[in-house]
Amino acid sequence: MILVFIEHKDCVLNKTSLEAIAAAQSIGKDLGLGVTAVLPCDKDCSLAQEIAGYAVEKVLIAKNEKLGTYTPDAYADAWEHVIKALAPKYVVMSHTYQVRDFAPKVAARLGREVVGDCIRYRAEGGKLVLTRRIFLGKLDADVTLGGDAPYFVTFQSGAFRGDAAEKGSGAVETMEVTIGDVRMTPEAPFQEAKASVDLTRSEIIVAVGRGIKSQENIAVAQQLADALGADLAASRPICDSEWLPIDRQIGSSGQTVAPKLYIALGISGAIQHIVGMKNAGTIVAVNKDAEAPIFDIADYGIVGDLFEAVPVLVDEIAKAKG
Amino acid sequence: MKIIVLMKQVANKDAVLRIAGDEKWINEADVAWQTNESDGYALEEALRTVEAKGEGEVVVCTLGPQGAKTVIKDALARGANRAIHVVVDDSKSLSSYQIAKTIADAIKEENADLVFTGLQSDDASFGQTGVILAELLGIPHATIVIEVDRASLGDTLRVKRELESGWYQWFTYKLPALLTIQSGISQIRYASLKGIMAAKSKEIREVTPAVEEFASASAIQKVYMPLKTKQTQILGNGDAKAGAVELVEKLRSEVRII
Ligand SMILES: Cc1cc2nc3c(=O)[nH]c(=O)nc-3n(C[C@H](O)[C@H](O)[C@H](O)COP(=O)(O)OP(=O)(O)OC[C@H]3O[C@@H](n4cnc5c(N)ncnc54)[C@H](O)[C@@H]3O)c2cc1C
Ligand SMILES: Cc1cc2nc3c(=O)[nH]c(=O)nc-3n(C[C@H](O)[C@H](O)[C@H](O)COP(=O)(O)OP(=O)(O)OC[C@H]3O[C@@H](n4cnc5c(N)ncnc54)[C@H](O)[C@@H]3O)c2cc1C
Repeated sequence: MILVFIEHKDCVLNKTSLEAIAAAQSIGKDLGLGVTAVLPCDKDCSLAQEIAGYAVEKVLIAKNEKLGTYTPDAYADAWEHVIKALAPKYVVMSHTYQVRDFAPKVAARLGREVVGDCIRYRAEGGKLVLTRRIFLGKLDADVTLGGDAPYFVTFQSGAFRGDAAEKGSGAVETMEVTIGDVRMTPEAPFQEAKASVDLTRSEIIVAVGRGIKSQENIAVAQQLADALGADLAASRPICDSEWLPIDRQIGSSGQTVAPKLYIALGISGAIQHIVGMKNAGTIVAVNKDAEAPIFDIADYGIVGDLFEAVPVLVDEIAKAKG
Repeated sequence: MKIIVLMKQVANKDAVLRIAGDEKWINEADVAWQTNESDGYALEEALRTVEAKGEGEVVVCTLGPQGAKTVIKDALARGANRAIHVVVDDSKSLSSYQIAKTIADAIKEENADLVFTGLQSDDASFGQTGVILAELLGIPHATIVIEVDRASLGDTLRVKRELESGWYQWFTYKLPALLTIQSGISQIRYASLKGIMAAKSKEIREVTPAVEEFASASAIQKVYMPLKTKQTQILGNGDAKAGAVELVEKLRSEVRII
């Protein structure tokens, strides 16, 4: 059996869970295993029917009054209960922030660890070989699982398509789970003041990364942005250093954009950045490291010093515009 | 107040990575090393927390070969009070669980009030060593912490976790607890000359553990360059200026944005 985790907040689905369902279904076919979806909740979760509309054997509501708001302690206890009751072969999840928070704890408690943030898999001799990105995206590693089941596997967002999850019909069941002491008290989640710059509407974005070296050099990128009529954006370290305000940050903890043109200057292309801009129409990367992962998704690349390239770009654009 | 900070030595971000002959890792022979990025922030946050409290000590702990001492020396120069070096020559052959277990054994008797780790390493990036360690120590944890409410520090501590897409959430933890710290939580201080001098006389406790077998460790079979998903046109052939000229032409004729 494969257990797949359905993540939700107040019974509203986190859509990446559909990717996890697609992954679990695919693995299930390859290994001849059925899929059960697990939904931790404090009530008869209204989401269960929606999930039962996918090709799963069962949707299991793991129920306890302490599962209303997420805490790692309550989730770990709930999962321990479910896993001990069902003895699954695989536990499949999306590599979300919440999963990062509790999955290694559950695994460790059962004497396992997580093979996390995988980008694909293949089945070999009845077992999975998983591929993970290492060294900040510069290399891939094929990884095999050790020891006995259960095996814990998480997939990177985008590794599977949520809309490829097969429809079907599963039965909904409830399992009352025991949860011990919860040693943390959550407050309500909140969003920081709304971004004053909305980059989601931008047609052209010039984004700078750590390759820009200093706050003064932001002006170099600004000139290019001005020449193109573009908005300026940045990778996270630039905003962490307060060289640009946080509402210019692109990526998993910033804005997700899809402009016609995205020019990345001195950005390495870490996955947390890429998820925020990979749907841009055309991606240009300027980076002095030919092996920077940003080139894997770029349409056009200049391998070299951005401080040489950008002034020429500005001049040539001025010429082209006449 | 005692805070233990886990710090790991990793290959320098800008190092040119060459795949090793056995295709199971990189060739580390001429790689430059650095402290894992988020671990530097974990140290900074620990120092600020103790400073705000007005008493206590910060103890750094690293697991690795003798060469990993540079991580410790740098941390002591920045203000950590003392260090624990869990000496394992072949630390690469250990999985996250083994690292966490070995560190747990080495620090258990310290009875720290708080343990800080980075949120993930810049090499293997499992992001689980801290969470496993918390479970093995029997203490609660919070991951991806982006703010610590230092004024709240007592028997409990209030911390802000980063959630996805610009959402955040505060949690209050009973101590002892383990936090995995996000990069950018604050500005990292530089080591002062005074700090570097003072570091020379600080205690580094070496532990030489017997590492237990761990059957459930995953194993790397092969390391390789990522498969390209897109056809990238590389312009200028390594000449940035020529590339820029070609790019503007492409933006005009192919992308039609100019
Ligand atoms: C939970 C989590 C959430 C995160 N959220 C985000 C997010 O929302 N957004 C985000 O961006 N990151 C995010 N990150 C951080 C992310 O993992 C990377 O650390 C970050 O994106 C790296 O930024 P960078 O590319 O600017 O810097 P680096 O990785 O340091 O890359 C700098 C690049 O500049 C190049 N360079 C240097 N000098 C020059 C030069 N003169 N000319 C040309 N090129 C040069 C280098 O070759 C290098 O490739 C997150 C990380 C985590 C773990
Ligand atoms: C040649 C080679 C082969 C490898 N083979 C395998 C393999 O077969 N199986 C496998 O699972 N892994 C393998 N690894 C990966 C390696 O052992 C990982 O470093 C380990 O799994 C820990 O996970 P992580 O580095 O991703 O730590 P993360 O969980 O990402 O680290 C999070 C935080 O924990 C702390 N931390 C982690 N490690 C240490 C440390 N050593 N000392 C102090 N603090 C630390 C830091 O604060 C860090 O920020 C191999 C590595 C090498 C070099």
